[in-house]
Amino acid sequence: MKRRDSFKKLTKEDVDFFRSVVSSSGVIEDADDLEHFNHDWMRKYRGQSKLVLKPSTTEQVSKILAYCNKERLAVVPQGGNTGLVGGSVPVFDEIIVSMGNMNSVRSFDEVSGALVCDAGSILEVLDKYLEERGYIMPLDLGAKGSCHIGGNVSTNAGGLRLLRYGSLHGTVLGLEVVLPDGTILDNLSTLRKDNTGFDLKQLFIGSEGTLGIVTGVSILAPKRSKAINVALLGLDTFDQVQAAFKRSKEELSEILSAFEFWDHGAIGLVKEHLAVGANDPLQSTYPFYVLIETSGSNKEHDDEKLGAYLEGLMTEGVVQDGVVAQDTTQIQKLWAIREGIPEACSKAGAIFKYDISMPVPVLYEAVQDMRSHLESLNAIGKGKPFTSVIGYGHVGDGNLHLNVAAKDYSKEATAMIEPYVFEWTAKHSGSISAEHGLGISKNNHLHYSKSQPMIELMKQFKNMIDPQGIMNPYKYLPNK
Amino acid sequence: MSNVRILVACKRVVDYAVKIRVNAAGTAVETANIKHSMNPFDEIGTEQAIQIKEALAKAKGNAEVVVVSCGPAKAQETLRTALAMGADRAIHVETNDELQPLAVAKLLKAVVEKEKPNLVILGKQAIDDDSNQTGQMLAGLLNWPQATFASKVELTDAAMTVTREVDGGVETIKTTLPAVLTTDLRLNVPRYASLPNIMKAKKKPLAKFTVADLAVDIKPRLETLKITEPAKRQGGKIVESVDDLLDKLKNEAKVL
Repeated sequence: MKRRDSFKKLTKEDVDFFRSVVSSSGVIEDADDLEHFNHDWMRKYRGQSKLVLKPSTTEQVSKILAYCNKERLAVVPQGGNTGLVGGSVPVFDEIIVSMGNMNSVRSFDEVSGALVCDAGSILEVLDKYLEERGYIMPLDLGAKGSCHIGGNVSTNAGGLRLLRYGSLHGTVLGLEVVLPDGTILDNLSTLRKDNTGFDLKQLFIGSEGTLGIVTGVSILAPKRSKAINVALLGLDTFDQVQAAFKRSKEELSEILSAFEFWDHGAIGLVKEHLAVGANDPLQSTYPFYVLIETSGSNKEHDDEKLGAYLEGLMTEGVVQDGVVAQDTTQIQKLWAIREGIPEACSKAGAIFKYDISMPVPVLYEAVQDMRSHLESLNAIGKGKPFTSVIGYGHVGDGNLHLNVAAKDYSKEATAMIEPYVFEWTAKHSGSISAEHGLGISKNNHLHYSKSQPMIELMKQFKNMIDPQGIMNPYKYLPNK
Repeated sequence: MSNVRILVACKRVVDYAVKIRVNAAGTAVETANIKHSMNPFDEIGTEQAIQIKEALAKAKGNAEVVVVSCGPAKAQETLRTALAMGADRAIHVETNDELQPLAVAKLLKAVVEKEKPNLVILGKQAIDDDSNQTGQMLAGLLNWPQATFASKVELTDAAMTVTREVDGGVETIKTTLPAVLTTDLRLNVPRYASLPNIMKAKKKPLAKFTVADLAVDIKPRLETLKITEPAKRQGGKIVESVDDLLDKLKNEAKVL
């Protein structure tokens, strides 16, 4: 890939201008300090930006983009930099606009639950703010301690609670966005219902910073449930996992708030690399594990529903073993196992991550077929390019995180699994990116999940809103 | 040891992870509609009793773990948790009156006289009042030896060797049985309640007694006058230069 010639190279005058907008404290030029912003969480992608800007107000963001648009300087908006598709770091020398200084809560309506905040607010911080007021953020993911709500919105993050509260396309009430030419679009509504014109915010949700920079978010927070229960189950087959899920929808229905699964390989990595894996809650190991969470308003009712459901699964042999958390500390420990899987994977070496969605019945076939595929290439095992294939994810949403552990991120290794994994997904009418997005990692594979007319229309939108193409270039839409 | 009965005392307290608040009157901590669970040190006590039982079973011995809790109807949730961990029987001493450590020690003495255990295990303290008195008082009332703050326990036929965590380090003592043991944090890691055990627990006996049944005077001896929250931590300040730092340390924090 070549750097686009039409983009200007940064000059001292440019930096002086930016300094006049965000002051010296908002400008980072030192090579050592830039390092951290230039590479992604997985250490798979590395950019060569010479400048990070940290604006403190929406007006500053507006001035920055207006200038960049005029001077044709490419820009990468960056939140918590926890993305998994290389969408948050530069490809070449794009200027990084980091939203970390804009992290205030602007308002909270204690009756409706509408929270308005700056885009650079950290998800976990927002959740703690809401916890004190009896509410909860409608999304939760392992990166919560670092990710920004602006980044969550820009990637339409899914996570562990989507099963219960739905996606950001439904829970976001409004956005404040700065367009590539510096125009401030104020759609920070707190209204639950508003059918007046094209719902423009939907275009920005999930557009990965390619249409502008999200500076403010208005989101509807649900009431925090008083009664939370978590159970961890051990099962022998994926059919049993499906059966357990089907019954949970019937018997737990309105109190079900999460249904996650992982396989033997995933828990093996957690045990090997993380402290939280030191004590296995179950007495033996199983091919599959399920974590169920229920959230309701009445502890006695929920305990009874969950107890009856679990007893049914045990007596009918759908589940081989399981434990139920007896206090909040145990709840946190069980969740820590599931949330630690991505980190454990990253400690195992180079990890190729695929985030695909498909009909639930074929979900685990993706893992089995990938394993067979690599075996047929004699590429998996001791001393081979690949060491293991593991699967985990939001089985309730039909979303599998397929992780292939490799010796390193080489082109040869990549060629063995791509486009195989995308072809497999397309064959099953699935999505090549259920929730992680496209970034630089999957943009050229978009045609596996979207038709040509759709991709053409997306390009037209992009050209209309960002004619200079300065917003997060080379990514999201196909660049070949 | 061949036949052993272990009595484990458990208390239902505000969940360890909850952020507690003092009520408006300043007389008590808010407990209404707050999550409660078993006192963490009692979880450790229950786990220890079950481990002793499992070790004895391996040596072809026999042990019975009886859990007891004193308090209102909801105390039964705590007993169910203990049964789901693997205890054999539960006793609920039901009362809605305030129970202070001396009263609990007297109630437990009455239960001990009924059950005649070889060993009584309590948590070193409850995380709601942090009294750290009940185990010691119970041993005194029974005139039994006590081994408190246990981080390691070894049982033989008629004796118990206990490593205790004390201010200066650790101390190892040996007592005869029967005895009172209180648990400290590092004694063990409590197991989760497993599904098979949760199902079995439903069929395990749970006996109820009233305070009158045990003929104990539980009148409180202490009155709480006031409860306040600790002073709120002041936010930090970012300084721009060393001179600024010196100025603040001298004139604001007054530590120079």
